[in-house]
Amino acid sequence: MTVPARSRAAEGAGAPAGPPAAPAGGRARPAFLRGRSWLPWLFLAPGLLLATVFKFYPMVEGFRLSLFEVQPFLGNIWVGLDNYATVLTDPRFQSAIGHTVILAVGQTAGGLIVGFALALLLEGQARSLWFLRTAVFLPVVTALAVVGEIWRLLYFPTEGGFLNSLLGAVGVGPMPFLDSPDSALWSVMAVGIWVLGPYNMVIILAGLTGVDRNLYEAAAVDGASIGQRLLHITLPALRPALAIVLTLSAIRGLRIFTEVYVLTGGGPSGSTEVWMTRVFSLGFERNDIGVASAASVLLLIATMLLTLGVQYATRRKAAS
Amino acid sequence: MSILTSASGNVGGTVPGGNGRRRRNGARTGHRFDSALGWSPRPGPGLALRILLCAIALFVFAAPFVAIVSGAFDARTDSTQLSLIPNSPTLDNFEAAGPAGVWGYFANSLFIVGGGLLLQMTVAVLAAYALARRKFRGQALVMVLFLLTMMLPEEIIAIPLSIVIGDLPLVGISLKGTVFGVILPVGAWGFSILVMSEFMKEIPKEIEEAARLDGVGELRMLLQIVLPLCRPALGVIGVFGFIMIWDQYLLPMIAANDPGDYTLTVALSLLRSDPEVGPGLVVAGAVIALVPSLIVYLCLQGSLVRGLTSGATKG
Repeated sequence: MTVPARSRAAEGAGAPAGPPAAPAGGRARPAFLRGRSWLPWLFLAPGLLLATVFKFYPMVEGFRLSLFEVQPFLGNIWVGLDNYATVLTDPRFQSAIGHTVILAVGQTAGGLIVGFALALLLEGQARSLWFLRTAVFLPVVTALAVVGEIWRLLYFPTEGGFLNSLLGAVGVGPMPFLDSPDSALWSVMAVGIWVLGPYNMVIILAGLTGVDRNLYEAAAVDGASIGQRLLHITLPALRPALAIVLTLSAIRGLRIFTEVYVLTGGGPSGSTEVWMTRVFSLGFERNDIGVASAASVLLLIATMLLTLGVQYATRRKAAS
Repeated sequence: MSILTSASGNVGGTVPGGNGRRRRNGARTGHRFDSALGWSPRPGPGLALRILLCAIALFVFAAPFVAIVSGAFDARTDSTQLSLIPNSPTLDNFEAAGPAGVWGYFANSLFIVGGGLLLQMTVAVLAAYALARRKFRGQALVMVLFLLTMMLPEEIIAIPLSIVIGDLPLVGISLKGTVFGVILPVGAWGFSILVMSEFMKEIPKEIEEAARLDGVGELRMLLQIVLPLCRPALGVIGVFGFIMIWDQYLLPMIAANDPGDYTLTVALSLLRSDPEVGPGLVVAGAVIALVPSLIVYLCLQGSLVRGLTSGATKG
């Protein structure tokens, strides 16, 4: 064990040793720590092992497979970037990417608006408001697959379906919802907003409690309207909360799978096929591992770029 | 500790009943600054509008749950006949769940969420202890690696992950068809490691030093000194871990050998496409899958809100 390593370890145990530790510290602490530089690694081992085997190795393996035409039992053939070209030129992938972007943008925007509206509506300390917030948050804790099953039933496309009977009461004819290529994507998006809205609500509510009440009072003295107060005091104070909400929902939107798979399975006639459902059917149903891996790698890159982009944009806005 | 507990309400600036200096608006002054929209608790058009909007919100977000619970207890459940109150209450749908194998799927789900959560929390506590309470070479790199696991959800690595589950590298064991095929991949989760280590960093060094002088060993230090102080953080990683594992869909699907290995959430779509199974049973299955989430949510609601909002109030 080297000298610098030992001094670092001693520092770790608490360099600004308090008075009670000082007399015994000279002997007791180094004796305990000497030769123990491997100790943190022992504690880290389970996590690092699991992350390596089930996260990083698959990631690297995914990169590798994306460069091959994968043939079980026959041996893989190196094809370079051909798989990527296949993904980007395949019309079904192009429309899947289009649907994914529409869903991601629509859900992010819709979730933000619904979450903001819910937070403004349910802000307060009253017990009744706490109860309402608890009830409204239910969709978030429910497993997505269960949410999907619930909405399949609510969306039932005949006159007796739950949603259609409500619409019928106000004189709107039965809608096909998930059954028609024209409305399926929007119906899926509505379910996404239904889950994202309450999630965002909680984050925005936390941001709202941090707004200085004296500013509201000062604005009232200056004769500002509620709208001006919202725009000039509340919104700027919510910037960190909104940055989190935007990042999380955009990433979620890009890798959307469970809701779509349960609600429509990508149909009808491919109208709700998204990036991940396409990868799933290529990789697990058609066994086209190489192309599916290339598509996964592209999705990973898109997710990372998006995360970095949002981070960069919010940092810059905060600085200016 | 400040980060994790900062979600509690801030009631600063509330002056009940006005403070005499601003008499213009009489008694309403105090409430005008409680919320961003200046809601007033006094009867009037503002309150009526708020109650109406709250009723709509409650209906939109809660009515679907009421409808499926009512459907599960309804004798003639038909996808087309969901209503808020069962027409003819019965337990038939739940009795039919047994022969259809719903309880078997439910048991799979419980095994996976129990084992997965135990593993995930153990891994997080151990890793966080090293990251927060020790200094060593490569610390920053390890933290980055753990954060990176959050960027690699099961969806993005699904295809190579299914290969790994079928044939573990180096040891060559297949986990397909066992609960470990789902439990082990969810073991290392950056979120819980991050939350745990942020929390452990706040524990004063003096406590640890005093214990060390008494000759407390490393493992006892973690289990008997540090861990009892971390209960709020354990609540946060517990509830988030539960939701994360219960929500797994693709992973149980690719880790299964045959549909008997599915979790209940995955099996729901299987039940739905089975012509011999009525829609009443699917609804009952959905309700059964809902119950654990509800229990965990209602018991650990505070932890859930703390975890969600930990980042929202800091700059």
